[in-house]
Amino acid sequence: MADNNYVLEARGVLKIFGNHVALDGVDFGLRSGEVHALLGENGAGKSTLIKILTGAYQPDGGGIYVDGAKVSLDNPLHAQTFGIGTVYQEVNLLPNRSVAENLFLGHQPRRFGFVDFRKMEADARALLAIYDLHIDPASELGTHSVAVQQIVAIARAVQLSGKVLILDEPTASLDRNEVERLFEVVRGLKARGLAIIFITHFLDQVFALADRVTVLRNGKLVDTRQLDALSRTDVVRLMLGKDIAFSGATDVEPSENPDEVLLEFKGYGRKRGVLPFDLTIHKGEVVGVAGLLGSGRTEMARIMFGADPADQGTLSVNGKPTAIRKTTDAIKHGFGFCPEDRKAEGILGDLSVRENIVIALQGKLGWFKALNRDEQLEIAGRFGEAMDIRAASLDMPVKLLSGGNQQKVILSRWLATDPAFLILDEPTRGIDVGAHAEIVRTINRLREDGMAMLVISSELDEVVAYSSRIVVMRDREMVAELRGKNINPGVIVQAIANHPDEAVA
Amino acid sequence: MKRSLRPLAATAVIFLIAYALSVLQFPGMLSTRVLGNFLTDNAFLGIAAVGMTFVIISGGIDLSVGAVIGFTGVLVAVLISWMGLHPLAAFAIALGVAALFGGAMGAAIHYLQVPSFIVTLAGMFLARGGASVITQDSVPINHEFYAAISGLIIRLPGGGRLSFIGLLMVAVFLVGALLAHRTRFGSYVYALGGNPVSALLMGVPVARTTVQIYMLSSVLAALAGIVFSLYTSAGYPLAAVGVELDAISAVVIGGTLLTGGYGFVLGSFVGVMLLGLVQTYIIFDGTLSSWWTKIVIGVLLFLFIVLQRIIFAASAPGEESPEKV
Repeated sequence: MADNNYVLEARGVLKIFGNHVALDGVDFGLRSGEVHALLGENGAGKSTLIKILTGAYQPDGGGIYVDGAKVSLDNPLHAQTFGIGTVYQEVNLLPNRSVAENLFLGHQPRRFGFVDFRKMEADARALLAIYDLHIDPASELGTHSVAVQQIVAIARAVQLSGKVLILDEPTASLDRNEVERLFEVVRGLKARGLAIIFITHFLDQVFALADRVTVLRNGKLVDTRQLDALSRTDVVRLMLGKDIAFSGATDVEPSENPDEVLLEFKGYGRKRGVLPFDLTIHKGEVVGVAGLLGSGRTEMARIMFGADPADQGTLSVNGKPTAIRKTTDAIKHGFGFCPEDRKAEGILGDLSVRENIVIALQGKLGWFKALNRDEQLEIAGRFGEAMDIRAASLDMPVKLLSGGNQQKVILSRWLATDPAFLILDEPTRGIDVGAHAEIVRTINRLREDGMAMLVISSELDEVVAYSSRIVVMRDREMVAELRGKNINPGVIVQAIANHPDEAVA
Repeated sequence: MKRSLRPLAATAVIFLIAYALSVLQFPGMLSTRVLGNFLTDNAFLGIAAVGMTFVIISGGIDLSVGAVIGFTGVLVAVLISWMGLHPLAAFAIALGVAALFGGAMGAAIHYLQVPSFIVTLAGMFLARGGASVITQDSVPINHEFYAAISGLIIRLPGGGRLSFIGLLMVAVFLVGALLAHRTRFGSYVYALGGNPVSALLMGVPVARTTVQIYMLSSVLAALAGIVFSLYTSAGYPLAAVGVELDAISAVVIGGTLLTGGYGFVLGSFVGVMLLGLVQTYIIFDGTLSSWWTKIVIGVLLFLFIVLQRIIFAASAPGEESPEKV
């Protein structure tokens, strides 16, 4: 890294939101003719860095350099004039307009003040031919597949900026062939000397496409490395940041008692969600789910809970075949689900602590058996005490509580329904250390009381601490089930990173 | 056929069938006289509908149109009859006032991030109230210029007459169609209706375009007000109440999607003509209450909204178009 001929460079970039440091002195350098992967778990600072590089955010410290000269990027359009173009995960084009217009909007060729459609469509045809895309430029963009739309978006970005191309999870909604098609386009652009930043959750794709990789964690730069010197396990280690020791096996006794099978999923899955999986869950057992973001962890939980109903496979509850088509079915069978995104999917911010706790129970009781206020207060008070919810009053809006206390409220909500099976998606994300310990303690206590749980977490230490078994997800597929001595962070990392069949490109 | 063309084609077919059925019942409806009056009687509505088409394609709505027509009529009448201004000067002032008014509404919609529904509702009350403050009575206009314009008529074989205001509406439609489909401004309007976030990221000057769209709508509403004053030779503060709703109906029946992004200016012309046909039929029949017009418009509107849903749901993007990439 002695040479310093970076096309685009961030030096010591600092970004603070409120009192949260999103980026802490991050250095990042991009050379022309390379594909540079940017990796990190949620909250690592990837998207903040990208937004700074595209001008959507202004850094609070440090600087952005284009070809060695310091620049200040006011907005994405301004960044475009420095040659920086971006393609987002959600195609940001106009599905209601023609392909040609999407390529040239704002720059349409004109004759006598009017748009020259003939020339625009000819130009579009020529431009798309570079990408080996032969579609009618006059056709409506929305009638084409997402892959084609992505290529059109890339063509537009390259056409208008032409030096740096930022691909922000472009493959998230593509199938395998489409991804390969997109990769060919990216390789072609790389050969033309473009500098490309590639963001994805799929390690396979990083190894298939990228030359170098930069890993961020908790807003800090972990490292920038040449990819061919790295193994998958190295990359996962960089991302998860564990100095992994092959010890520390779980102290949780496996409680597999064949008589006490609670749930049995067979070939359970959903198209475009998770590949079919088999999983048996016993009473009094915590099944941990490990895997990188985007590996299908949350999707699996949502399928189990009926939020996105399964379209294949069977489920039996207590030995009886059961179908869960919607979430109310799941609640009827004693399921509970604490989602990952507390704010968006969990708490009802403007309602009080009391209302948030009783709402699932009320939903289970139905419309006609309303809980009166005293009953509500009694229930809320009981759980508030048991879970140590720190709120000035049970009638204060839940949005005023800290993240940890909000999480306890959601846990209480489901515990009030006396569930047989509880799904927790990242129960400890973004909460303080004290609340964190409280939640882990609660999980252990509930297990001892005989509740079955499925807990999804990125914190390997944590999963190891409370799981009786661990299943590992990768690329929307359940790839391993670990038990006994195998439950330790080292084995999990290898299971996440392993790639059974084809060789790494 | 492009799916966005289908509602327009449906409207055109319905118009032709309805017209043919009307002619079978009342052969008198097939005459240049009736066709000429179609244009004259609906001129102000058609001109307002052109502006409304732009607004709706951009994903907005303009409820102030009827009020601006009424206000302009009163303003023009007062300037001519009480102040003694030449009509052309009065027209220029009225159009200028409307441009400022529409521009202010567009600016409020963009910069304050208030839904167009609310802003133009406020605009509607302002304009209607303003007209009533100027005068509560009908102000007649007696000016030789008005007489001259009324005399500008192309006589058609068969007793029909093409009036100046009818031809003006046709001209506005043609210019509007060019503006919508052949200029960058037009493509920006569609872009805003398709996806405002994408439009911004793609470099569409969102603020400027929004202001221009509402300015255009108000200026055309004022032009419609001028035409209405030529048509009635008077200005009345309670004129054209509810015309914005007729304009919206004509636009939607003409194949423009109420949610924005799709539509044709010339489709609105067919929409206006279809509304005119219903009214003419009721006049010819003579026994039906004129309120049947409203019922028929309601049924047509409902039909077209359902039709659009079906067409756009049946061809959801990217689903059943497997192509080679």
